[in-house]
Amino acid sequence: MSRIYSVKDDTVENRLFLNRIVAAFIIIILLTSGLIVRLIYLQIVGHEHYSSLAKDNSIKIVPLVPTRGMIYDRHGKVLAENTPSYSLELIPEQISNMDDTLLRLQKLLNIPDEKIEQFQKLRKRQKRFVSTPLLFSMNVEELAKFAVARPYFPGVDIHTQLVRHYPYNDLAAHVIGYVGRINEAELKELPIAEYRGSTHIGKLGIESSYENELHGKTGYAEIETNVQARLLNTLNEVNPDPGANLYLTLDIDLQKTAYDALGTFNGAVVAIDIKTGGVLVFVSRPGFDPNPFVVGIANDAYQALQSSENQPLYNRALRGLYPPGSTIKPFIALAGLEYDAINPQQTLLCPGYYQIPGVSHRYRDWKKGGHGSVSLNRAITESCDVYFYRLAATLGIDHMHSFLQKFGFGEKSGIDLVGEKSGLLPSREWKRDQKNQAWYPGETLITGIGQGYHQVTPLQLARATATLANKGKVVTPFLVNKIVSPHDTRPGPEIHKDTIPLKQDNINTVIEGMINVVHSAHGTAKGINQDISYQIAGKTGTAQVLGIKQNAKYNENSIDFKFRDHALFISFAPADDPKIAVAVIVENGGHGGSVAAPIAGQVIKQFLQENHEN
Amino acid sequence: MKTETRREQFEPPSVLGNLLRKLHIDIPLFIGLFLTSLLSFVILYSAGGQDMDILMRQAGRIGLAFLLMTVLAHIDPYQFKRYSTLLFGFGIFLLLAVLIMGQIGKGAQRWLDLGFFRFQPSEMIKITTPMMIAWYLAEYPLPPKSKQLFIATIIIVIPTLLIAKQPDLGTALLVASSGGGVLFFAGLSWRFILGIITALASLTPIIWHFMRGYQRDRVLTLLNPEADPLGRGYHIIQSKIAIGSGGIYGKGWLGSTQSELDFLPESSTDFIFAVFAEEFGLFGCLGLLILYLLIIARCLFIATQAQDTYSRLLASSLAFTFFVYVFVNIGMVIGILPVVGVPLPLISYGGTSIVTLLAGFGILMSIHTHRKYGSR
Repeated sequence: MSRIYSVKDDTVENRLFLNRIVAAFIIIILLTSGLIVRLIYLQIVGHEHYSSLAKDNSIKIVPLVPTRGMIYDRHGKVLAENTPSYSLELIPEQISNMDDTLLRLQKLLNIPDEKIEQFQKLRKRQKRFVSTPLLFSMNVEELAKFAVARPYFPGVDIHTQLVRHYPYNDLAAHVIGYVGRINEAELKELPIAEYRGSTHIGKLGIESSYENELHGKTGYAEIETNVQARLLNTLNEVNPDPGANLYLTLDIDLQKTAYDALGTFNGAVVAIDIKTGGVLVFVSRPGFDPNPFVVGIANDAYQALQSSENQPLYNRALRGLYPPGSTIKPFIALAGLEYDAINPQQTLLCPGYYQIPGVSHRYRDWKKGGHGSVSLNRAITESCDVYFYRLAATLGIDHMHSFLQKFGFGEKSGIDLVGEKSGLLPSREWKRDQKNQAWYPGETLITGIGQGYHQVTPLQLARATATLANKGKVVTPFLVNKIVSPHDTRPGPEIHKDTIPLKQDNINTVIEGMINVVHSAHGTAKGINQDISYQIAGKTGTAQVLGIKQNAKYNENSIDFKFRDHALFISFAPADDPKIAVAVIVENGGHGGSVAAPIAGQVIKQFLQENHEN
Repeated sequence: MKTETRREQFEPPSVLGNLLRKLHIDIPLFIGLFLTSLLSFVILYSAGGQDMDILMRQAGRIGLAFLLMTVLAHIDPYQFKRYSTLLFGFGIFLLLAVLIMGQIGKGAQRWLDLGFFRFQPSEMIKITTPMMIAWYLAEYPLPPKSKQLFIATIIIVIPTLLIAKQPDLGTALLVASSGGGVLFFAGLSWRFILGIITALASLTPIIWHFMRGYQRDRVLTLLNPEADPLGRGYHIIQSKIAIGSGGIYGKGWLGSTQSELDFLPESSTDFIFAVFAEEFGLFGCLGLLILYLLIIARCLFIATQAQDTYSRLLASSLAFTFFVYVFVNIGMVIGILPVVGVPLPLISYGGTSIVTLLAGFGILMSIHTHRKYGSR
């Protein structure tokens, strides 16, 4: 039976198909008629209405760009502002003899030829009635000269716009960031309505991470213009909502102290207000001047920044990865106490090296000949490597990894800046996954003194120090304290509070060792204990840039500067009631005690002095 | 494979006519397409700010498209039928490749970068989907039974969803209608069609739920463009002003003030009809619509003359899809349909759509010029 059904019946199919073609044509005609009806409605019935909107006087909806919010430091000093800038613009349509006008302008204002060329290029891409800039950021003299001669230049005019300005130049560019022209890729991602009319957007730092708050809400005006696009009348206006002002936790004076203290070295300083987590100092040196980026940095200037050996564009405090060196020791010591791996009273003999039983390799102490008999306190004070090799061997990498993780090592701190690096806290699993290798006992030892795979950012180091000073209450760093818009005042980012369960006795034992680093006669940072009425708890560190061979000697003077060790220092003060935590990394600085610690000392001193007066 | 039995009733005895016939070009259709392309240059010159570069690039694309059309017109329709499944499968494979690469990279991904040029697989799908459905349905007696309908629906839904996921709503719509067109011409019962329309209407809340934010915005904007004049409503308000101010006779060529003053966004691409309507008025619009209708009528005529089920299903569906292009684009520009990215066929600047469109016409010409015997 089914065979009969599956035989095609040509006549039936043909008729069916022709019917469908006719039906389709009727549907097409009907739908087209729908379009025509609508066109008649628009072009005949609505013609008068739409003509009044478009004919001689056109109604144009123009965006009203909101003023970008300002950025202040914790004392209300201006870090980012909007200053007026004047540009000379020409409307080609209104200029009868362009070449003559340009020639006369060139003579009047000493305009270099390349600017004229640039203008000519720009002009070709734009319509003839569009005002096209010839000169940007004119100075007072140029303004005055043109103002006098203006009647002789029909179609040429001075335009004013607000330009972002960063008064502290290179001091805090890595924190504040900068705004730059919106590029094509950003244009695709941005909400069209909000950015219609905006030319700039935050590219880096706070300017970028708080773009939404700083930008404000775009308003619009319906304006009547004539054919020359000249404004005749404003019909309706919805005002823009200016961007919110940001008040940072940053102290720009303290930032300057830290920046200057680094001197000619490259490096980073991060200081955190322990009570709140607010970041007081966030220095990455060398900095760079963000102002040229606002108007569009010249290509060769940008290339120079890019290719500079000192990498000024690189945010060391946020993204720099360094081995923690001996600054890890207080945390390892605390791990030893918490896991009952050591007794703080017990001493051990340091002969200047440590050997894994049955292995000939000697893990050396920084002090040739050793420290003699050392307790935990002395091991921290004098930074005895042998003590920590042994402690690391007892603890094992798994315990060290899980303990250090609680202090935020190996993960982003969550600070309100984009681009933070998470560093690297090594573990057995990490090595298996990344290197496809087993974990070796020797690697446990060097992890115990902060060498090997472990990498931290200066921000992480400061955060871990603050958490230690805060007795295990985790400190989460942030930069924006207050967001003040015309409508309301909001606090900065929401801070999630966490506490590491720790025995207070153990913390106090470690802190005692750290106080001795600064205040005892053998301390590695005893140089900074002069003229202060409070106690600083600290720990020095030295991070190797170059691997030293088993029998070779490290001689600071004989090696190239760029291979000299990095100097590190972590600290907090006052030791009995910690208020500020500071981490310092001085690239190729040599010794933590002599180079990095004084920088922290200055920052602490200035901060505590100011905050006592209040 | 020589086919010497063409039966054009009004064969122009010119050299050009002979050449075109040798090339398997259908002359009436060719004239329609050629006129529309010429019109494209006229409007683009005005809408693009009298920029010769734009015209040259468009000329390059149109040249390439006409070349492809000629090549396809030369191929026997039997070959299209034979490779339908293969081409369809290949297209789906490319779509998946694009989708996976898009997930590896970030954001929307529609292009396959082949180094020397970028290729948009969804364009190819616009032709291979009706080919596949026509191939499948041609095997069975028409009208199709529910089992065949079910399978055909799946064949349509797969590429449609893949493209909608890119997300490219306009192309997804065109693919769905090209496949749906085949079903319609295959004799899908009216009751079934009404059922689908009712089902879609009742599914609206669910579709709404699955729409992306910007897609919802577009629908809302259509209902009330004045609510967001700077953002979503901007296109529609400005294009209505342009069209309405054109009136009956228009402002004349190059007389468009709205595109000149940059009020009209995308005046060379999806919204080019607004410039046309402003400059040439209602009469111009009617003329353009008639030109389109003539092309469509010729295509439908070709479909009625086709000799096998596959050819006529494919031909009629291609004609129908061409109409959907016109209707959706103009509908969106005059503010009766939501804004989806569908260009005005043969006239909008850029896009690979012009190549795909002319490829479709190439297939239509192939069907018409390779007929083995006269019409019955």
